[in-house]
Amino acid sequence: MSDLLYSEIENDLRAGLRGLLDDKCPWGDVLAGTEREEPYDAKLWRAVAAELGCAGLPVPEEQGGAGATWRETAVTMEELGRAVAPVPFLGSAVLATAALMAAGERDLLTELAAGEKIAVLAVPFTTAPGVAMRDGAQAADGRLTGAITSVADGLAADVLLVPAQDGLYAVDAADARRTAVTSLDMTRRLCDIALADVPARQIAAGEAAARAVRTALLTGAALLASEQLGLAERCLETTVDHLKTRFQFGRPVGSYQGLKHRLADLWTSITQARAVARYAADCVAAGDPDTEIAVAVAQAHCSAVAVRAAEECVQMHGGIGFTWEHPAHLYLKRAKSISLAFGTPDRHRAALAALLDLPQA
Amino acid sequence: MSTALPDADDLRARVDEFLAAHDPATMEPLEFLRARYDAGLAWVHYPVGHGGLGAPRALQPAVDARFAAAKAPRNQPERNGIGLGMAAPTILAFGTEEQKRRFLRPLWTGEEVWCQLFSEPGAGSDLAALGTRAVRDGDRWIVNGQKVWTSMAHEARWAILVTRTDPDVPKHRGMTYFVCDMTAPGVEVRPLRQITGEAEFNEVFLTDVAIPDEHRLGEVGQGWQVSTTTLMNERVAIGGAATPRESGMIGVVAKLWRERPELRTAGLHDALLRAWVETEAARLTGERLRQQLTAGQPGPEGSAAKLAFAKLNQEVSGLELELLGEDGLRYDDWTMRRPTEVDFTRRSPGYRYLRAKGNSIEGGTSEILRNIIAERVLGLPGEIRVDKDVAWKDLPK
Repeated sequence: MSDLLYSEIENDLRAGLRGLLDDKCPWGDVLAGTEREEPYDAKLWRAVAAELGCAGLPVPEEQGGAGATWRETAVTMEELGRAVAPVPFLGSAVLATAALMAAGERDLLTELAAGEKIAVLAVPFTTAPGVAMRDGAQAADGRLTGAITSVADGLAADVLLVPAQDGLYAVDAADARRTAVTSLDMTRRLCDIALADVPARQIAAGEAAARAVRTALLTGAALLASEQLGLAERCLETTVDHLKTRFQFGRPVGSYQGLKHRLADLWTSITQARAVARYAADCVAAGDPDTEIAVAVAQAHCSAVAVRAAEECVQMHGGIGFTWEHPAHLYLKRAKSISLAFGTPDRHRAALAALLDLPQA
Repeated sequence: MSTALPDADDLRARVDEFLAAHDPATMEPLEFLRARYDAGLAWVHYPVGHGGLGAPRALQPAVDARFAAAKAPRNQPERNGIGLGMAAPTILAFGTEEQKRRFLRPLWTGEEVWCQLFSEPGAGSDLAALGTRAVRDGDRWIVNGQKVWTSMAHEARWAILVTRTDPDVPKHRGMTYFVCDMTAPGVEVRPLRQITGEAEFNEVFLTDVAIPDEHRLGEVGQGWQVSTTTLMNERVAIGGAATPRESGMIGVVAKLWRERPELRTAGLHDALLRAWVETEAARLTGERLRQQLTAGQPGPEGSAAKLAFAKLNQEVSGLELELLGEDGLRYDDWTMRRPTEVDFTRRSPGYRYLRAKGNSIEGGTSEILRNIIAERVLGLPGEIRVDKDVAWKDLPK
């Protein structure tokens, strides 16, 4: 059975990262950032990716990485989720990194691991692992033409990894036309991408390319569960703190069973989310044959828990929770957006039906 | 021999040594179990002299597995869950040396089955409101009252019993805890027929039952603290066992789904997959909890496990009836009987559905568990209490 606990190294990593995020990523700054032009917090990204070395956690040391695993990357995702940190970690350090590792690419991987460059897998954020790819681009003579919508972290990218009909290509982001999307979650912005006969370098061909994309999406979905876990925990903590200090009818509102019982249930779901998210991260890290089931379970469960936590956070804060000046909406927008990312819970349950031989009616 | 705590290697060597000297194939089962207890290999975390070696609790599963592999006689824990899970840890924590010597060995070997005389018709969730009176009479106590929801009282030789000894002080302070002889004059066990038709539980009437003072567990007036130890162990016992994927209730329904395509509908498919995911999440959570305990990092997650288990058992057993359609209307047998062991997945779908309704009531209702999580884990403020400083005799009843 997988190790579902946190190692000492993981706990140290968490402590370092939390300290950094408390200092450099308070929610007031995150909120202000959502109304700025810059699509992400470049200073914070440098600190997390390069100075703390989080971008290269799963990358082998000889390729400039930390030689750790996806488990440690998952802990990073938990902390970034807690802070709704506006950095392109999921796009670059998870999806693009997983795709490059699976494809056996080395040069760009080294640059990503060092935090020197940002790359993204150019697919719509809702793309589920295992779903037949709609190729966003056509390749001809080493050049790509096509359109891809709703790419997460795409505005931050230096390099776009674009699936085409015959392989996976790297495109210089400066050659693409990128249109910013007004996103539900402005802490992880989307963009639409148009490629008009732009130069492209093939990274993998045929089945190897399809495998690299599939691996990237599966890894992304697995680690997104950890982001959902971190976010849900933060929502619960914020709500509990509020209910202890908010008085109505002469008593703390947290003394009412109507609220206490819902939070007890939420806490129960979060303890489960921790177990399933750890299991998914460990399966991905170990290349376990159970990975597809583990990831589908993690996404079906953790997506819903994160949304519930954020919705309860808004509701239990009452009037203040509905205002722009309170962070609850940042969690809610992130939680709802990522419940659609890599497929909704319903799509993951449909995937499980096939994996478990529980066919539909 | 070293005086350091035994580790996994020491225990393996001790079990092998024991098995070499006691042939499980030829020895009389009870003699084998008694010898295993005396060798400290019964529950290795118990003290030397009381069936253990003072070893870490986490090493017990490996010891059990080694005895099982040798086809050693079993102490049939399913027959004595209350004895092993609740009475024993309470006796260990509060019993005198003499009480530990008298009770623990036959409890562990299964010679003496135990039951629990706690709940009363007027004291369920509010256990501390109980009214069964114990009055001192020289070196013994005379007990009168009624207990309810007592599983296995019809099989039990002994009971753990909590009573009211001082009605003039607030309820938590006037209680005293005893070991009660179920064969004593004045103990009457009546089956309590449940919604399933059978009587797994009982009502127990206590009329002028005499209990010697040496069967008191803990100090006079300390009954609430002793009971709390029992209840904490109950919740650990209910949430804790390792299970393979798709076992228990979900396994029954998944098998039905695969074998009977004509029963399938789109809505039930969705419900089945949701339940499957929840069951797997609960299973992984239990696995993580066990890993925490093994690593010596016990957490509060145990109280969540029982809550989740009750909800799932009820959902999935209800789903099974819907899936069965016409067959879901039929019940196997309403005949009143008194089962000797508890297994939630036995018998018919209708039985499973009805029995699962008890899961959110027995061992602390789901509502009380939510209060416990909210107050002790999340630190939310307690309920407004009107009974805290009122003498028990003045409480509205």
